[in-house]
Amino acid sequence: MAHFRSHVLVCVDPECLNKGAHDVLDAFQDEIVAQGLIDEVQVLETSRIGSCSNGPEMMVYPDGVHYVGLTTYDIPYLVEEHFLKGRIAAKFVEEKKITVDEELSAPTAKEIRVVLRNCGKIDPENIEDYIAEDGYQALGNVLTQNKPEEVIEIVLKSGLRGRGGAGFPTGKKWQFCRASQASPKFVICNADEGDPGAFMNRRVLEGDPHSVIEGMIIAAYAIGSNQGYIYCRAEYPIAVKTLNIAIEQARNFGLLGKNILGSSFDFDLEVRMGAGAFVCGEETALMASIEGNRGEPHPRPPFPAVKGLFGKPSNINNVETYANVPQIILKGADWYASMGTEKSKGTKTFALAGDVKHTGLIEVPFGITLREIIYDVGGGIKEDKGFKAIQTGGPMGGCLPSEYLDLPVDYEELAKAGSIMGSGGLVVMDEETCMVDIARFFMEFTQDESCGKCTPCRVGTRRILEILERICDGKGKNGDIETLEMLCSEISETSLCGLGQGAPNPIVSILQHFRSEYEAHIYEKRCPSKVCKSLIRYEIIDGTCTGCTVCARNCPVNAISGERRQTHLIDPDACVRCGICMQVCNFNAIVIN
Amino acid sequence: MTSAPTTKTIQKNDPLTDLAKKNIIDQIIDQNKERPGATMVVLNELQSAIGFITASMQEYVAKRLQIPVSRVHGVVSFYSFFTTTPRGKHTVKFCMGTACYVGGTSALIEKTKQVLGIEPGQTTADGNITVEVCRCVGACSQAPVIVIDEEVLGRVKPNKLPQVFKPIQEKAE
Ligand SMILES: Cc1cc2nc3c(=O)[nH]c(=O)nc-3n(C[C@H](O)[C@H](O)[C@H](O)COP(=O)(O)O)c2cc1C
Ligand code: FES
Repeated sequence: MAHFRSHVLVCVDPECLNKGAHDVLDAFQDEIVAQGLIDEVQVLETSRIGSCSNGPEMMVYPDGVHYVGLTTYDIPYLVEEHFLKGRIAAKFVEEKKITVDEELSAPTAKEIRVVLRNCGKIDPENIEDYIAEDGYQALGNVLTQNKPEEVIEIVLKSGLRGRGGAGFPTGKKWQFCRASQASPKFVICNADEGDPGAFMNRRVLEGDPHSVIEGMIIAAYAIGSNQGYIYCRAEYPIAVKTLNIAIEQARNFGLLGKNILGSSFDFDLEVRMGAGAFVCGEETALMASIEGNRGEPHPRPPFPAVKGLFGKPSNINNVETYANVPQIILKGADWYASMGTEKSKGTKTFALAGDVKHTGLIEVPFGITLREIIYDVGGGIKEDKGFKAIQTGGPMGGCLPSEYLDLPVDYEELAKAGSIMGSGGLVVMDEETCMVDIARFFMEFTQDESCGKCTPCRVGTRRILEILERICDGKGKNGDIETLEMLCSEISETSLCGLGQGAPNPIVSILQHFRSEYEAHIYEKRCPSKVCKSLIRYEIIDGTCTGCTVCARNCPVNAISGERRQTHLIDPDACVRCGICMQVCNFNAIVIN
Repeated sequence: MTSAPTTKTIQKNDPLTDLAKKNIIDQIIDQNKERPGATMVVLNELQSAIGFITASMQEYVAKRLQIPVSRVHGVVSFYSFFTTTPRGKHTVKFCMGTACYVGGTSALIEKTKQVLGIEPGQTTADGNITVEVCRCVGACSQAPVIVIDEEVLGRVKPNKLPQVFKPIQEKAE
């Protein structure tokens, strides 16, 4: 890095892209080569350096100059003025600089922030910030005013359900654990967040760690535990660091340790790190991992509430579940139960990702429709393309087509539609997504993450993956769909843990809702969305191609040939169908057939 | 993933033969050995302090924690974060989470093959850069994402990769 004289950040947010940020970027890249500055100026893509209202925008460091309203025609002048002559090109300078949190923007009209209320607003490394927002007041109230049974009663009445996926009533879980006789008991927080496309828990841990810690202390008081563990995935080093700081501060404030807030209640917490195994999000595997073993799941019963960590009664909840608790205590069960649907109360955080305009975190009351989430909160599909599917529930979830856009989101409705709530990842897919390829992608994930302990999951997922790979390769045969259906139901029924039981879900839901895509691949050897590499070929349109050579220079396998200013040609045998040529072509001269 | 630790002789360049590293290893074990479930904690810290856990180190951990070597080996081979051989000086990870996959990770990997000449799972001949794929790193709103050493880079485009790799390629000299 030190070798570059200047760093140039170009905003590539949707608004700026619409106004031609990519063209500006490419022009800039070409221009610094032309003016011999390639070794001095580094160009990076970024997001939200300003309001995007006057894009494309560019930020130049170390000068800290913010240029706006650029067009490709301005670039030669700008490069010469600023980077060669060292003068600021005043006519493009934006005066004031606004920074926006790109993961978590201000709540839209349909959102209610309970779990995320402090994120981005308080300093997570300063406990006093949290206390100033009524932090630890719920704990104080509980310790001085409520018996443990009363706390459980409040949580029961609020209707809070586990946010880790299955949606089990939290109060009931606490009740079971309280009823177990053995001691000691453990309180565990599941911060493994393994679902790809989900990052709600990370944000809460990084942005408001004390809300989780306070929820855990209250749970510990309710069930009668003196030791807790937070199991955090290794992919989240910042969350681990923030948590450790928060725990240390809570100890110093007498909120963890012996005689909490002067009461006779003792409780302490420790963070444990995972090491990159998805199955460790499953509660029995997670506990095996804390114990220092391979993260393999165990059959239930016995349930953790009876025989959990180190063989002792344990209560395990998700990050978001705990983070809700202090608010429920403070504002009351009725307040919480007033939000949501009949059986799913309160709010849920979602990570909105994929082909939607505003990606990022949202928190909405249960009962909101998928349409409202995608179009009102998320701003609609990127580049105003058509909607194809929304994936909910992660690798154990399903893909729902447009017919389900008006589905009110809650645990029961999603299950009825053939998907699940899961932890809250929502990946929006536009019309250019191939659903068979997506099915293959998820199966690759679960196959890779299967811990191998039980045969249906280990062998079955591999068989399914082989079939899906064949179909995507254009080698599907009659009977493949039926074999898939049979394998899916067998694996669901006979696997040991939720991973195997849920692994077929994406395949099944795609078979249910997008069967014609499977059929096109198998019977017509055609990928309707033009994604599957063996079934497509890239071609250059004669007449549209200007012979600018950009594609040939960017092709990773040198499959494109042609003279300057003459139509180029792609060699289909050498082409690896990566699509880079199509992305870089400025004249839309490359098509897929 | 890894071969069973059978050798009783410690390799010449094993971290255990390096006094400074041996001290770090002992310190990590001493600090954590009394904790319940110490194996994971020790291995996690060794992985991050040393960068990998050799067969000899696994034997050593087993001896110090008084547990069978097979158990330590079982744990090391189960989790993808633990590696038994050194990685390159720099690691480039490509996120293979859903959002990134949909966002075009495959094209990035294709381009990397051209730029660095290696595929995920490989290290450049000079031992400088290791390329890997990884699970969702939780930065999905910036898909596709790559992680260079500890730094997360979002919205990466294939034709920008040469520039992205340049700093870590230069540092090798
Ligand atoms: C394969 C698999 C992966 C899971 N991953 C997670 C996870 O990453 N985070 C989580 O909180 N729960 C996860 N769960 C659910 C947990 O087993 C458990 O139900 C949850 O931690 C209970 O907490 P809750 O009642 O607060 O939801 C997973 C389950 C399965 C079967
Ligand atoms: S899918 Fe890549 S960061 Fe989440």
